Amino acid sequence: MVKRLYILIILLLVGVMPLACTAKDTLPGPEVLTILTHDSFDIGANVIAEFEAEFNSSVSIVKGGDAGEVINKSILTKGNPIADLLYGIDNTFLTRALEENIFMPYRSPLLDNIPPDYHLDPDHHVMPVNIGFVAINYDSEWLSAAGLVTPKYLLDLTEPEWTGLLVVQNPATSSPGLAFLYSTISKFGETGSYTYLDYWQDLKENDVLVKNGWSDSYYGDFSLHGGNRPLIVSYSTSPAAEVFYSEGAHTTPPSGVITSAGSAFMQIEGIGILRGTSHEKLAKQFVDFAMDTTFQEDFPNRMWVFPVNKLAVTSGVFADFAENPAIPARLSSQSIALNRDRWIKEWTEIVIR
Amino acid sequence: MVLYSWKFWAIFLLLVFLILTLGYPIVSILSLSFRNGFDIFWNTVLTDSYYLDVLMFTTWQATASTLLTLLIGLPSAYVFAHYSFPGKRTLRGLTTVPFVMPPLVIALGFVALLGDKGLINSLLQTTFRLNTPPLMLINTIYAILIAHVMYEFTIVVRIVSTAWANLDPDIENAARILGANRWNAFRKITLPLLLPSIIAASSLIFAFTFTSFGVVLILGGAQYATLEVSIYTLAAHLFQLPAAGVLALIQMAITIVFMTVYARYQQRTSTSFNLVPNQAVTMTPQGKIDKLLCLANYLIVLIVLSPLIALIVRALLSNGDITVSGFTHIFSNQGDSFFFVSPLQAITNSLLFGACTVILAVPMGIISGFLLGNSTHWGKAFLDSALMLPLGISAVTMGFGFLIAFNNGIWNLSGSWTIIVMAHAVIAYPFVLRSILPVLRSMPPSLREAAQVLGASKRRIFIRIDLPILWRSIVVGLVFAFAVSLGEFGATLLLHRPEHTTMPVAIFRYLSQPGESNLLQALSMSCVLMFVSAAGFITIERLRFRNLGGF
Repeated sequence: MVKRLYILIILLLVGVMPLACTAKDTLPGPEVLTILTHDSFDIGANVIAEFEAEFNSSVSIVKGGDAGEVINKSILTKGNPIADLLYGIDNTFLTRALEENIFMPYRSPLLDNIPPDYHLDPDHHVMPVNIGFVAINYDSEWLSAAGLVTPKYLLDLTEPEWTGLLVVQNPATSSPGLAFLYSTISKFGETGSYTYLDYWQDLKENDVLVKNGWSDSYYGDFSLHGGNRPLIVSYSTSPAAEVFYSEGAHTTPPSGVITSAGSAFMQIEGIGILRGTSHEKLAKQFVDFAMDTTFQEDFPNRMWVFPVNKLAVTSGVFADFAENPAIPARLSSQSIALNRDRWIKEWTEIVIR
Repeated sequence: MVLYSWKFWAIFLLLVFLILTLGYPIVSILSLSFRNGFDIFWNTVLTDSYYLDVLMFTTWQATASTLLTLLIGLPSAYVFAHYSFPGKRTLRGLTTVPFVMPPLVIALGFVALLGDKGLINSLLQTTFRLNTPPLMLINTIYAILIAHVMYEFTIVVRIVSTAWANLDPDIENAARILGANRWNAFRKITLPLLLPSIIAASSLIFAFTFTSFGVVLILGGAQYATLEVSIYTLAAHLFQLPAAGVLALIQMAITIVFMTVYARYQQRTSTSFNLVPNQAVTMTPQGKIDKLLCLANYLIVLIVLSPLIALIVRALLSNGDITVSGFTHIFSNQGDSFFFVSPLQAITNSLLFGACTVILAVPMGIISGFLLGNSTHWGKAFLDSALMLPLGISAVTMGFGFLIAFNNGIWNLSGSWTIIVMAHAVIAYPFVLRSILPVLRSMPPSLREAAQVLGASKRRIFIRIDLPILWRSIVVGLVFAFAVSLGEFGATLLLHRPEHTTMPVAIFRYLSQPGESNLLQALSMSCVLMFVSAAGFITIERLRFRNLGGF
């Protein structure tokens, strides 16, 4: 009896599932636009509702892991994409995606409002939408209690007083970890008397802790949240977010950022239309929408990244406390594409093995 | 006349389902990985001594974790099997709670308990007036091993205690009367009869820790890597699918070898004996030793749960003050986010996925159990290990495999929750299989033969004989199937939509942003997950079906 019931259920499930999955597409109604993005993406429900109302459409946003995993998934499903748009491809992964040719070119008219410095691809496969900076954060209270002066330069961290105090993320598994590796390469270079590998050798001798992800290091090892290390690789806007999410406990940031020339790495994130989409027109409309002020002004206080549109005005805690490093570290997408695997390998040999 | 029996169709369906959800995705991803040939096999992975070290470490930590879990779990299993004490069902329900917690949450529990400013170090420092925290376990190999014991403890407790509770105490008593001392009677009588279930539990634990991913990735820091962590790094971040494919194949091959040996050993140690209902075995603690044992068992479970208790404390404390803001905030969509999902919705999603997983996984487990049956063939041992393959297959590889295999016109990958349920069911059914197999094999064939002689149909034998005896072990398997789904093993690597947000996914959403309030909300959501899963497990244990459950 029981068994027969179960078998009936399996039969039903196996039979009905494919039908149930396809049923959605054939239903009449507004055109559905699917956007693939990384886990950190966030946007106001009202902003999406505005787009849906204006273009009589329905927006579905799918998350597929961190930035690297999402791009990987787009490459694996190239030509028959799982979504119409990809939000969150940055300058560190760009060349890889361009080589695989997963995006169709589209030059949005709004690109004119974006400083040329932030333009990602001269052939317009990807439109810039936001920028962020990966930088060393320090726990201000911890440092003053220990009688330490706040560090200013990356090189400071190799000094004996900072022994055992820094936590970074593994560039092979974490996007901020990789960005920080890039800033050391940009700063110290690969040739000369003191290369980026010498720097990492010194950090290692200074007992740097390497974790695999941002979340576990920030909430597990950073002293601000109960860990025992007052220095961490995070974002230049994290101190502002600490104020925003402090429930009123902080009116000024409890942490600070090293923003000296060439110490914070700039990540430019873009949006691209995936080749093979059947909603090309709507996808283009969304790209324009994402580059326009409504969208651009909504995300700073929730995603903690800077808008790229010159006309967008930031507000609130973000406007008050988000650190915008004057001279960030940068590497060209080409140089990253060419050397990325080797850099990670060399870093791994020195720091982990 | 019916051409084929029910059994035939059941096995046929099982195989079709497995080929669809297991074989097809794996073949898809591997053929993509090796589309440029097998050169990579010799060129990169096999010649790099680093991966040999990784393999050694993977095997070593899995062995150590399995032995440690047995060491701590077996005494507890004894108490659960032999005594009825207040709160027994609740306590057993609680042992399974760590099993569903995301490793990231367990890591935060470790920090709250054992970190420099954690509960234990603070207590020790103030008690003994120490200047530095005495316990330094965070980010060491010990953290990995302790976490594995926390996760797998419940497997030993549930599988071994179920078998132990059906073991006729008269057998051991007879040996005692014939002059054997307590230790010898245990070693020569009880242990051999328990061995099949101990092997079943060990093989599950070994498979789980051998392919350990989240725990090693998060708790040990970057200096420790298992094969699965290497596969993840290569496939998801370094875009080196072929190398990841090679490692996935190696991992699969090793798992098959281990599982075949386990299965063979389990076949050989299985003997049929007179199973007794557990009422005949369990007793209320009377003597001093009995009471002490029960007390020790409470303590063991308390220690296993301690990181979670520390988390609850941390969720209610912010900057030294008691607060419930984390709990109130998770119910409101501050800032009107597109991705906000109310806890009730997340609970509903988790429970719904869990229920669907159970509906699929339990019959799959039972069918595969009957497929393996009592045979002591080498071939059956191999089949057994093949059926356990979902636990040995790299979850990362599976995630990508699902993506390629089901990305076509028929399946709408980004929109379907059925894929998530299927992925859960495939990982969950080996637990059902391992739970019922030891009991199935110790059932004396004379029971069924007697019924047959008396004219009972096969179906009647199944319902009247097999099901009542197997019921408790089926419930054990059901608990694990449900737990696998609640904990989202491996499936987090698939795509997810906001409306399908489960409790673990909600926790990750909070932890991807900096700030105390996000941490509190993540911890509060973790408490909700703990509470819902504990309630779920305790409810499942109370499941009765007609006269079933007496065993």
